[in-house]
Amino acid sequence: MREIPVSRVTEAVRGLCIEANRRLPPDIERCILQRREEESWPPACGILDSILENISLAREKGLPLCQDTGMACIFLEIGQEIHFTGGGLYDAVQDGVRQGYREGLLRASVVRDPLRRENTRDNTPAVIDCQLVPGDKVQITLAPKGFGSENMSRLQMLKPSDGLEGVKRFVLETVRLAGPNPCPPIVVGVGLGGTFDRVALLAKKALLRPLDNPNPDPFYQALEEELLSLINETGIGPQGFGGRTTALGVQIEAFPTHIAGLPAAVNINCHVTRHAHAEI
Amino acid sequence: MEIKRLTAPFSREEALALHAGDAVLLSGTVYTARDAAHKRMCALLEEGKPLPFPLEDALIYYVGPTPARAGEPIGSAGPTTSSRMDAYAPRLIRLGLRGMIGKGLRAPAVVEAMTECGAVYFGATGGAGALIARSVVENQPVAYEDLGSEAIHRLTVRDMPLTVVIDAYGCSLYETGPAAYRDSLKK
Repeated sequence: MREIPVSRVTEAVRGLCIEANRRLPPDIERCILQRREEESWPPACGILDSILENISLAREKGLPLCQDTGMACIFLEIGQEIHFTGGGLYDAVQDGVRQGYREGLLRASVVRDPLRRENTRDNTPAVIDCQLVPGDKVQITLAPKGFGSENMSRLQMLKPSDGLEGVKRFVLETVRLAGPNPCPPIVVGVGLGGTFDRVALLAKKALLRPLDNPNPDPFYQALEEELLSLINETGIGPQGFGGRTTALGVQIEAFPTHIAGLPAAVNINCHVTRHAHAEI
Repeated sequence: MEIKRLTAPFSREEALALHAGDAVLLSGTVYTARDAAHKRMCALLEEGKPLPFPLEDALIYYVGPTPARAGEPIGSAGPTTSSRMDAYAPRLIRLGLRGMIGKGLRAPAVVEAMTECGAVYFGATGGAGALIARSVVENQPVAYEDLGSEAIHRLTVRDMPLTVVIDAYGCSLYETGPAAYRDSLKK
């Protein structure tokens, strides 16, 4: 048994809120740089240059990359040998978000109730996903999720007979309907299988996987590549002004499902695909 | 490509000289407003009360910035998705609003009001909030400070880089841009 005071979780989360909002993961920046070199359409080149300049500026000046500093999505992997002390774990996480968003001058973008819409002023509550794993370590991943892209995400309970073609059609249709709204170039997280609720989580978690790290299953790796080509043939382009670079990557996560179902979810993220990680 | 310089507020004639795809450097005055501020402004109009700023020839920037550091006028300040303001925009355009800055698609009713009154829709680069903030030289609160980042502010901007997305003739870069790119591949 390893004892961890929850104050350490608060401290880690506080730091991750600030880091994730100011520094883009290196795989995303590398990918944008590479796509800029491959892009031939002049207006698209201009937009990609601005995006790259924004990334450098945010990092150097310690500014948020985007004014939508998101709803904090937090993924905890907790070793089952751990005993937390000094308070509730989830309260400690929320304290970290509260401190990080205030101290980092990040925008408070959360309302207490979806219909009554009063701002909570400190960006809490965060959305927490928690898994127990073997061992005595805590892995914390924090992904601030902006809603320009979240609003363009979709879920559909496809039929098994819709099959591979049905999945491709659904993903492409979602990207086309989103058009310029989610600030392309986008990253497309796709969840397949599980249940109604699980498939959305799969799509969200797919967005955490580095872009240069394809699905380990060759079948899904090929599908990721095919969907990326199809999306970049739409011509939507950066900001929807036209061009090749509509998406930076397509990331698929699959899970066993019921004999009667083929749940599919597409979680869209903008080019500011932020996440940061800490281990305790 | 030639970059047009424009100073806000500007007239209908100046709006009519802009075309979808034009690159613009905007200076002058813009007002910030998002969903909550629009809702309140339209409620004032229902009650026959005056708005917190003059709409005639004005520009609204759909933005909710991050808090500013001490000594800075504003935090990161990129555009938010404009379609959430579609329910309110036609009414404001018909009352004199000359332009909007945001990102993403607009409803047909907004474009109809724009062509009727000579208004323009500009796009700022979504997700480049730190970069865009450099164009803001002054920031004064105008109304609804209780709304936090959704309050109405008067911004003075200098050389803010924008693209004309939908012009006063109803032409949209979201249609012509991708179509022109796809055509270029066929040649």
